[in-house]
Amino acid sequence: MSTAHSTGLPRRHWLYSIVGTVLLFLVLPVCIVIPESFSDSKYLSFPPPGFSLKWYSAFLSSDDWLSSARASLVAATLTMLFATPVGVASAYAISNLGPRFQRISMAFILLPVIVPSMLIAIGIFYVYIRLSLVNTMLGIVIAHSILAIPFVIVTLLSALRSFDLRQELVARSLGAPRFAAFWRVTLPQIRPAVISAALFAFIISLDEVIVSLFVAGGNNMVLTRRMFVALRDALDPTIAAISTFFVVVSLAVLGTVALLSRKR
Amino acid sequence: MSDEASSAGAIEGADNVNVRPLALVARRERLLMIGLFSPAFLLMATFVVLPIAWLFYLSFVDNAQFSTVHYSRMIEYSSYYKILLTTLRISIIVTVICAIAGYPVAYLLAQLAPPWSIICLSLVVIPFWTSLLVRTYAWLVLLSSNGPINSFVEWLSITDKPLELVFNETGTVIGMVHVMLPFFILPLYSVIKSFDWSLIQAASSLGAPPISAFARVFLPLSLPGLVAGAVLVFVQSLGFFVTPAVLGGGNVTMVSMKIASNVQNYFEWGASSAFGVVLLISAFGVLAIAARMLGLERTFGMTR
Repeated sequence: MSTAHSTGLPRRHWLYSIVGTVLLFLVLPVCIVIPESFSDSKYLSFPPPGFSLKWYSAFLSSDDWLSSARASLVAATLTMLFATPVGVASAYAISNLGPRFQRISMAFILLPVIVPSMLIAIGIFYVYIRLSLVNTMLGIVIAHSILAIPFVIVTLLSALRSFDLRQELVARSLGAPRFAAFWRVTLPQIRPAVISAALFAFIISLDEVIVSLFVAGGNNMVLTRRMFVALRDALDPTIAAISTFFVVVSLAVLGTVALLSRKR
Repeated sequence: MSDEASSAGAIEGADNVNVRPLALVARRERLLMIGLFSPAFLLMATFVVLPIAWLFYLSFVDNAQFSTVHYSRMIEYSSYYKILLTTLRISIIVTVICAIAGYPVAYLLAQLAPPWSIICLSLVVIPFWTSLLVRTYAWLVLLSSNGPINSFVEWLSITDKPLELVFNETGTVIGMVHVMLPFFILPLYSVIKSFDWSLIQAASSLGAPPISAFARVFLPLSLPGLVAGAVLVFVQSLGFFVTPAVLGGGNVTMVSMKIASNVQNYFEWGASSAFGVVLLISAFGVLAIAARMLGLERTFGMTR
């Protein structure tokens, strides 16, 4: 507890208990998912009445769930590989251009964050019907990239802001071609941000639900879509096992990002 | 005098020699940057801006001619009207709860020193990056009639029958507050973090008791962060889909759910578009008012 500035404000035990309760409220759902996945009961109850691995074996022996897991991982990987370079290029361009252009381009880039996702979803669906991209991997990757690119750009912009772009000019004045100057001077210094952005893009694709409900069906039905339908219509405890997988992936990504930002 | 004139002329001459190549370099530079920006631009234009403009148009078309029937139905049909009201009511309740529950957290978080600040901050961030479906599923477990919350209530023997916490508006609000709380806490935290605490010391050295130092110095200065967080929560709440669809259990219909079902089940693009336009305009309207009030950068938490 820092005491330097704590003198003049009310500081009571009830403040700690309120904050403790709210923080408990925030983490409790994440905490119960993993134990729940080892439950031997078909019904929702916590703590689980007994231990079993049957929901994991149910997941691993279901062709539907496995093909969805494959589709999700492929989509997330491709989204990461597509959204990251596109986002890096845009962030680099935005940070090199004047303030007027910056304002306009940022407003444009942040559209998918501000516009309600259902509207984006039916908009993309409308275009995809005409381009016959519905239920194709290409369509899923484009849709997920649109949602991931703003995060990539914002992450990269904050890294580029603390980087002196004149270093690249120095390299070029010493004879390095433009791209080499970027690749060997700028990129190594923003690498942690690039990796964080790529991981965020991966997670955003993996977790995306609403657009996937419209464009990620058929052979490419992603996990989140199958999970949503299972949650809404008939509760299937296999979801607990899959949820554990999601929690582990998110925590791994968050941990990596935290380590990277500490190095930075 | 003449020396100055001649040197100025020499510089001008040198400028004239360099002006054209420099302009060329500048133009090439600008073209390169626009080229680098264009993939993202084209994606947003083709798949976000264009279809939304098209949906805008569709919302004013019925039987291939101009009509506002999709909008007038929202007021005439009581079921449509109810959806708008439900959405508004839930969004307001969620915003108020987030403000009441989130403010103390941001307030305390900004005063903690490491390692507690890092631990508490990660407790806020972890749910933020956990899949929405996973959290919704967890709430289904926690709130169900034989779930832990109801067992606890039963153990306290407050009521004899389990509380109905899920498949209704209560469950929806709980799930939405859980999703939106980090969105409220994080921007407010960054505003409070940059607060100048010596102001409080000044207030108390001038004789202000802690309560009034808080209410008359701290609270007004944290107001921009509070409003920014509340606006963010309210605007996002308007568009919620997954949480009400699952935790509402078919008993809660919000605007996004109506948009989805109209498109998926009935291919009713006109009605869906009209709801979408209302959603978009309300969201942008609230954001614009907040931006006016606070300055655009603060609304999006971009103050540095």
